Amino acid sequence: MTPTDARNPIVVTTEKVGRAAVAGVEEIGLGAMMVVESFYWLIFGRREKQAVRLGAIAEQCMAIGIQAVPIIALLAATIGMMLAIQGIHTLRIFGAESRVTVGISFSVVREFAPLITGIVIAGRSGSALAARIGTMKINQEVDALYVMGINPVRFLVVPAMVAMVIMVPALTLFSDFVGLFFAGVYVNLDLGISLAAYMDQTIELLSVDDLMHGLGKSVIFSILIAVIGVVNGASVQGGAEGVGKATTRAVVQSISAIIVTDMLFAFVVTR
Amino acid sequence: MTDSTASTPHNVIEVRDLVTHYGDRMILKGISMDVHADEVMVIMGGSGSGKSTLLRHLMALEHHTSGTMRILGEDIDKLSGVELVELRQKLGVAFQGGALFSSMTVGENVMLPLFEHTGLDRKTMEIMARMKLEVVSLGGFENLMPSELSGGMIKRAAFARAIVMDPKILFCDEPSAGLDPVVASALDDLILLLRDALGMTVVVVTHELESAFKIADRITILDRGEILFIGTPDELRADPSQRIQNLLNRVAEDDTMDADAYLNRLTGEQPAYRPL
Repeated sequence: MTPTDARNPIVVTTEKVGRAAVAGVEEIGLGAMMVVESFYWLIFGRREKQAVRLGAIAEQCMAIGIQAVPIIALLAATIGMMLAIQGIHTLRIFGAESRVTVGISFSVVREFAPLITGIVIAGRSGSALAARIGTMKINQEVDALYVMGINPVRFLVVPAMVAMVIMVPALTLFSDFVGLFFAGVYVNLDLGISLAAYMDQTIELLSVDDLMHGLGKSVIFSILIAVIGVVNGASVQGGAEGVGKATTRAVVQSISAIIVTDMLFAFVVTR
Repeated sequence: MTDSTASTPHNVIEVRDLVTHYGDRMILKGISMDVHADEVMVIMGGSGSGKSTLLRHLMALEHHTSGTMRILGEDIDKLSGVELVELRQKLGVAFQGGALFSSMTVGENVMLPLFEHTGLDRKTMEIMARMKLEVVSLGGFENLMPSELSGGMIKRAAFARAIVMDPKILFCDEPSAGLDPVVASALDDLILLLRDALGMTVVVVTHELESAFKIADRITILDRGEILFIGTPDELRADPSQRIQNLLNRVAEDDTMDADAYLNRLTGEQPAYRPL
């Protein structure tokens, strides 16, 4: 670039767009590498004398999964009741309130449970992962791991990723139950349909496919959350402010990725 | 591993024509240096001289553009992953900020290398960690979190972690930076103790002249990516070179710069010949 066209706004804009695109592709590549590398350490870690510790996975499961149970329960219950309220309101137009179970069971199991679980975990644990890895990077703790002969991907990333893949579907299943139950409670109060009848209907309506549809999605969400958190944490630059930025970015990116993937998954699988 | 006989056993580190880049910028411009066994080698230089870069390369944390590096007789370019891990167990590093893991206690931090690389039972590892904490006079602090320690204590805990595997070479990055003179001097004594009592080779990066003269067996001075001087502290004092005398007497270097270039830099005008 010569000094004259350095001031040409079209050239400057084009260059900016190009650089942003390259950076984006680079980040996706880094994410893919992270998944591949994690699988490598998980499977061949022992051969390289870098076995993944079960204790570390359990610790992450605790932080990502078990400690998120109360908030997931609260939100799943709220979503379930919200669906019941809206469903009954809509179906009243046709006088078909008693058919509300159809809408509730499919929406909760196929969409809302995986989505709300993914979003909560992205906000709770994806950001924490980005912050933890980012802080460790700027404090030279990642370098310290390297010089101790401890691979940081094996030590930091794999336990978090495995814990996500275990806990997000588990929490999704949990929010299926909680959401359906509290929707049932509202239906019972509003329409007087007994809980037992509601549950009978729900079980009759739902197939294993519906359940797997939701759980399958949640597995993809879990990998997305982990990878986006790790990539943002690993690319932190510029001290504490950089950690803050990376954390925010990780949450926004993973929630966006979850919602877009949700639509694509539904589109591909349902048609 | 096979050609380890090629290097004299006396040198634990051999660097030949090391060239490194950061992006497009050349940082180290062909550096050759040796570190002998059982000596304290101090690497000095101003900010931007490349001393931290050199240290990162000596710790095998970065990839170099050209040149060779042998650590304990091993050419680090030719090592496989497992061999590099094995080599790293013979190296200890005390980072500038300590780099203790904030989620673990001091004792767990010191124990981590043992936990990852040895099959010892926990009781033994705890005893070994406590012994190393005693060496750095932090006995009894193993259950505290790093956030509960003072700056000097964090550095000493980092030393304990660095020596827990009894490394052959200990690297220290700015051990006295940010510490008061008394604590800094105590750390210098600790470095000498580790060399004498545990027979370690110590490589220290610092910009503190006083501390360098106190601990160094030999001093390397880097300037703008090149080696200005290697020798004993006495040789350094006697060196006639103006730049070295400036450094010793803390005289700021005047950058001689072309007047036009200076004007261009101030006005922000790009010189016409710039390739980008």
